[in-house]
Amino acid sequence: MDDLDRRLINRLQLGLPLVRHPWQALAEELDSNATELLDRLHELLNDGVLTRFGPMFDIDRLGGAFTLAALAVPESHFETIAELLADMPEVAHNYRREHTWNMWFVLACPSEQAINDALLRIEHLTGLVPLNLPKEETYHVGLYFPV
Amino acid sequence: MKNALSEQQSLALRRLLETGLPLTSRPFQALAEQIEASEPQVLEQVQRWHEQGLFRRVGLVVNHRALGFAANAMLVLDVPDALVDEVGRRLGQAPGISLCYQRPRRLPQWQYNLFCMIHGRQRDRVEAQVQALLEEHLLDDLPHQLLFSTHLFKQCGGRFSAPVGARSDG
Repeated sequence: MDDLDRRLINRLQLGLPLVRHPWQALAEELDSNATELLDRLHELLNDGVLTRFGPMFDIDRLGGAFTLAALAVPESHFETIAELLADMPEVAHNYRREHTWNMWFVLACPSEQAINDALLRIEHLTGLVPLNLPKEETYHVGLYFPV
Repeated sequence: MKNALSEQQSLALRRLLETGLPLTSRPFQALAEQIEASEPQVLEQVQRWHEQGLFRRVGLVVNHRALGFAANAMLVLDVPDALVDEVGRRLGQAPGISLCYQRPRRLPQWQYNLFCMIHGRQRDRVEAQVQALLEEHLLDDLPHQLLFSTHLFKQCGGRFSAPVGARSDG
């Protein structure tokens, strides 16, 4: 990654201008040219440094139901239960965190009912009662990773 | 006044956008060709959706670990109900906080109702940053904890996942 890659990543995290020639507009800002920027972006996506380029939809405006849930998993069962969750299509991602509540995952389902069903299934499969912590208020969403 | 897209064209455009924006010098022209519309029609619809808040921006999802942001911490606080909106808004605007949400307490197991995500490169720097932030906002007396992630087991769901490009942070 060189300086232009870094400036491109930082700039694109703020959003592409919604104009007919967006890459031309960015090229002027970044002192480059449209073809070069598109080539760079293509490569960063191929390399896996970036995982997506496109509109960032507001999840609250789309259908579907989501929650953040946690389990307090005994250390000896941790790997087994992590694998079990990995096999569930409703589990969007799963982080180990340093806490008694050591397994934190997001459930994404078509409906609230399906969320509740998934939580009950997890309880049944693991013998552990999950914390169900759905979002009640959003104060800020602004992921930005300056490079 | 340009003609608006038909309902069918709008739906087709939205589906296309969920997969990302074409990597070409005139992406809105490329989209227009796929739904048999004109570039101005597509651009106008995309701008309208943006104004309406359907999407926040046309931007990137970065692989934050690949970019060196390995210290991912969740700060949780127990904020009195009467103050949680104000504190949430203040912390949400603080530099370094990438996400800030109110979630329910689950007593007696879980007492925290405000959640902030902080992504940093080094753990000790994130700890210092959080401490400074709490002091600056006079919040260091509130019960709080900082939960670092040590391992990511699963990145993405299968059968139903949020339409691609939506943040699925529950």
